Amino acid sequence: MAYSDKVLDHFKNPKNVGTLDKSKNTVGTGLVGAPECGDVMRLQIEVDPSSNTIVDAKFKTFGCGSAIASSSLATEWLKGKSIDQALTIDNMDIVEELALPPVKIHCSVLAEDAIKAAIRDYQVKNGIEVTAEASSH
Amino acid sequence: MNKRLIYLDNNATTPTDPRVVEAMLPFFYENPGNAASRNHPFGWVAEEAVDYAREQIASLLEVDSKEIIFTSGATESDNLALKGVFDMYRRKGNHIITAKTEHKAVLDTCHKLETMGAEVTYLDVSREGLVDLAELEAAIKPNTIMVSLMWANNETGVIQDMKAIGQICEKHGVLFMSDATQAVGKIPVHPREVGVHIMAFTGHKMYGPKGVGALYVSRKQPRVKLTAQMDGGGHERGMRSGTLNVPGIVGFGKAAEIAKKEMQQDAERLSRLRDKLELALMSSLEEVYLNGTRDSRMPHVTNLSFKHVEGEGLMMTFNQNIAVSSGSACTSASLEPSYVLVALGLGDDLAHSSIRFSLGRFTTEDDVDYAIQALTQGVNHMRDLSPIWEMYKEGIDLSTVTWSEH
Repeated sequence: MAYSDKVLDHFKNPKNVGTLDKSKNTVGTGLVGAPECGDVMRLQIEVDPSSNTIVDAKFKTFGCGSAIASSSLATEWLKGKSIDQALTIDNMDIVEELALPPVKIHCSVLAEDAIKAAIRDYQVKNGIEVTAEASSH
Repeated sequence: MNKRLIYLDNNATTPTDPRVVEAMLPFFYENPGNAASRNHPFGWVAEEAVDYAREQIASLLEVDSKEIIFTSGATESDNLALKGVFDMYRRKGNHIITAKTEHKAVLDTCHKLETMGAEVTYLDVSREGLVDLAELEAAIKPNTIMVSLMWANNETGVIQDMKAIGQICEKHGVLFMSDATQAVGKIPVHPREVGVHIMAFTGHKMYGPKGVGALYVSRKQPRVKLTAQMDGGGHERGMRSGTLNVPGIVGFGKAAEIAKKEMQQDAERLSRLRDKLELALMSSLEEVYLNGTRDSRMPHVTNLSFKHVEGEGLMMTFNQNIAVSSGSACTSASLEPSYVLVALGLGDDLAHSSIRFSLGRFTTEDDVDYAIQALTQGVNHMRDLSPIWEMYKEGIDLSTVTWSEH
């Protein structure tokens, strides 16, 4: 199976790889997937509480090229977005942007789950009303 | 970046040896005859060529040429062996013994036979990939008609103790069938000597062409009978109807002749290169595990797991240049990793992290050196990206983490 150029580009030059300090209150961490399933995504956001805006996003992913590309793209999209805007990111947007084939749709689902899990973690940590629904998948 | 393509996936298929191609060419246009045309020179030439190829293959296996039945490939040979024996011997018994690490051509055929009244035992294997001989013997019952165990495994290269299995089958009077697809032409395979009665193999795993395989069927002590699975002109002693693939068979024969001459030197050279690859990767990288026994395996194969790296992702770091194969199943909708590695007792995580390297006659030392470098870089790149490698490095016990299964 050949990968799309966009997947290859994110895979070779992943954006925003790294780790944020999860002990900080402004940082939300989402860890989804399982090693037994062949993919684990950790996505972190740093939020400016005054504007409720995501100022930084980082990821690390254990998985195939599409899983890495999906998380790399997600971090790019998250930066500069408000929490509410971030929650509207749908896995199918990722599928479309990266031209993922049907067998790789679960990678985009995982990325959407990781975004929601990171936002939920931030909201729970700060006693904010949780607007990030639990994984619907 | 070096753009040379390096092929380390010879267990999937081998390149056709140019000497084989050369032998085949006259049988497309100059000698187009049907080997079953008995009444003109075109047919005679074709028949003679097929007979010669049968001799070349029989000579490699040290069997009688009449015991070689040509088919379209190893999958067909496996099907013909298992279904043909079951049909022929079902009045004597309906029980077949095989193992969980067999190729799908055997396993899925056994599943089909179960729907037709067969009872099948699927033996476990050890962590090393070997069948337990006591367990095998204990599984034999009065209604057992056949044991089907592969000579060498396609994913790990592990070679079963064929002689000991042959003795057990002999002692209990059951037929011994073997899928020897990965072994023939690469290591000495002499079915009569070890007590194998029926054996499937194919041209394209031994530098011959695709689309031609064979089944060895013992003609004496015991005389094995099979029910044909395709009806037609009664070719191949009535066991496999269909016009013979003359160019393919000629190529298969030539490949067998070359293998007989060069097998030993190929095996010595490739096991040295394989060991070099394995040693280099295991010494330059942490947490690399060999899958399958080191003591009884094919000379050109190694199957390694790179912990906390997903196999398909790893392959993407170098698959513009290097062809290998992974036990990860990220390309399949099932998300199930290699059932062979799982049968060896690997956790799903290590099975997802596996890469199979299979070298071949045309692999060079430069290829191996390049692969070592690319793999090392690739694994390091993937580990930099891997959250579970980071957690492992921080000393977190991953088995205590609550994962969100999906």
